[in-house]
Amino acid sequence: MSEETKALESMIGEEYKYGFTTDVEYEDFPKGISEDIIRELSSRKEEPEWMLEFRLKSYRAWLEMDEPEWFNATYTKPDFENLLYYSAPKKRPSLDSLDDVDPNIRETYEKLGIPLEEQKMLAGVAVDAVFDSVSVFTSFKEKLAEAGVIFCSISEAIKEYPDLVKKYMGSVIPARDNFYAALNSAVFSDGSFCYIPKNTACPMELSTYFRINNMESGQFERTLIIAEEGASVSYLEGCTAPMYDENQLHAAVVELIALDHADIKYSTIQNWYSGDENGKGGIYNFVTKRGICKGNHSKISWTQLETGSAVTLKYPSVILQGDHSIGEFYSVAVTTKKQQADTGTKMIHLGKNTRSTIISKGISAGESNNSYRGEVKIGKKATGSKNYSVCDSMLIGQSCGAHTFPYISSENASSSVEHEATTSRVGEEQIFYLMQRGISEQDAISMIINGFVKDVLKELPLEFAVEANKLLDIKLEGSVG
Amino acid sequence: MLEIRNLHAVVEGEELEILKGVNLTVNKGEIHAIMGPNGSGKSTLSKVVSGHPEYEVTEGTILFEGEDITEMDADERAHLGLFLAFQYPVEVPGITNKTLLREAYNTIARANEREELDPLEFEDYLVSKLEIIEMKDEFLNRSINTGFSGGEKKKNEIFQMAVLNPRLSFLDETDSGLDIDALKVVSDGVNKIASPENAIVMITHYQRLLNYIKPDFVHVMMNGKIVKSGDISLAEELEANGYDQMQKELA
Repeated sequence: MSEETKALESMIGEEYKYGFTTDVEYEDFPKGISEDIIRELSSRKEEPEWMLEFRLKSYRAWLEMDEPEWFNATYTKPDFENLLYYSAPKKRPSLDSLDDVDPNIRETYEKLGIPLEEQKMLAGVAVDAVFDSVSVFTSFKEKLAEAGVIFCSISEAIKEYPDLVKKYMGSVIPARDNFYAALNSAVFSDGSFCYIPKNTACPMELSTYFRINNMESGQFERTLIIAEEGASVSYLEGCTAPMYDENQLHAAVVELIALDHADIKYSTIQNWYSGDENGKGGIYNFVTKRGICKGNHSKISWTQLETGSAVTLKYPSVILQGDHSIGEFYSVAVTTKKQQADTGTKMIHLGKNTRSTIISKGISAGESNNSYRGEVKIGKKATGSKNYSVCDSMLIGQSCGAHTFPYISSENASSSVEHEATTSRVGEEQIFYLMQRGISEQDAISMIINGFVKDVLKELPLEFAVEANKLLDIKLEGSVG
Repeated sequence: MLEIRNLHAVVEGEELEILKGVNLTVNKGEIHAIMGPNGSGKSTLSKVVSGHPEYEVTEGTILFEGEDITEMDADERAHLGLFLAFQYPVEVPGITNKTLLREAYNTIARANEREELDPLEFEDYLVSKLEIIEMKDEFLNRSINTGFSGGEKKKNEIFQMAVLNPRLSFLDETDSGLDIDALKVVSDGVNKIASPENAIVMITHYQRLLNYIKPDFVHVMMNGKIVKSGDISLAEELEANGYDQMQKELA
């Protein structure tokens, strides 16, 4: 078993051995899904009537939908009647000091270069007074408020900013969009709401905020980000450190709305538990992410580093409605062991002179399966539009698979679509070449991988790019040779 | 410096011998040329000596500076000062020449308890070596061999050799695929690097290269063995009569 697997296993599966308490408290709530359950859920969250209606409508839509099976992955379907759709905010298990944390987990943190105080938060160690997270947190909140930026939980937004939520929630991803989006719309637990007012550049990377706050996302996360005219924001979700989570199915919905000249950059690092050597027990990540460039000259950019989960189905997309709007998708998807990922994007060009760029890098190792699925659609009115797509796959070893499924359609002659795809194997020859120059085998592999993903990682906020590189190294350690 | 004794090697997992008892001694300050027809095992010899994992030594030893390196990993051999200029240099997209060379230089320095160079010092050092192969600075910032022409790839090998300053270099068909101008630049580079402190083994099919880099010794390899050794006149004889003639004579 590789070190990384050991670290993960001990973290996810056997945490109590090392002192994590398992008595996470739940409010008493029945399992399964029904209209009554949704009413109960909504009332416990003290939601207004219109929100309950939204949920019920979504639930009814979901009942009529079939679970999709078109993707390139096989797994045991979740038992929706056996899921718990509501749980009170979880209490993090508390340890007295980092010395009580499993050394394997600490080693992973060290390798990732995670600052000591953040290690404590991730591992569930009580934070001492020297690092007053509450005050840091408060100063962030003040800074955001000064700029007029609203950043809160979606539950809070439903109560405090009902007009904005009503106007935009479900406007990019309607409940009927797909099976998992419908389910999410019916039972979403919580998530983030972010509103950047007119002509405002969000004064900080919202990643920084998350790093300190480390929000619990829950199983059915719902995120809504709105950038008004001339507004800009950079948002980072996730974390390089392997996260403890007992939920098997994650079906999030993320909606982004960019008005005239607005700019939204959304970055994701996903490293959820991917299961044991046989792929057992890993997380299903079935998320719907879509942004709309509603205004002219607006821009939405998705960057993702997907390394975790047993099964990932994810296609962050952009609808380019405004003229001269820009959509970007930069992705690195890594699969090892028995992981399966079917991921890509959709770029739907509706406005004139719209531009989209897709850079997708898939790395498969072990017995994993990694598919890129991308759609580029250029509508009749989207004259003078351009798409440029590159999707490269890298194979490590002989037992993994890489697949590319591009869907391209253009309905006007003045637009152009360019698609390039390559598949390469991390070969003995490449490794030998670097080793002959004096570089160790592990460093050689790391260099080859980092070179392969460079075009994508440079799109990440700087501090995360460094961590992302290390995460890749740890993830692929021992995959070659 | 290098002493190869009765070296036998096969492709890992296969039975057919490619090297069938090679003996070769190379001393400091010497330039050797190994010539031979296709399939004679001359490229394999350079790979086996530098530790390519595809080959397995079944008999014999390789001594480098008196140390037995027969079972060493390729990177450890490089740390001792062994260099191979590849016949087909490998592309590594996304990593610049500069990054590779700094990493390689400092790793070798660390292994030998020499001082590492910081990025600024290293940049100066690199630039000082560029003239050896008549390349411009931008060469340093390109991804390793990616999109390079055949000639550029070969020049890059010699540039790396100049930067890493090895004790012993194997040049595996460095002349193949070069036009006459590039051949001249590459040969001039090698001649500038050659010194009484290092040694070079050139592997080539043609005598042409030897007009530019003068060897002290010429060896002819056939069927997995060195069958004849001599001075430059041996190469001239080969050029005049061909490998077939020599094979017949030896038989």
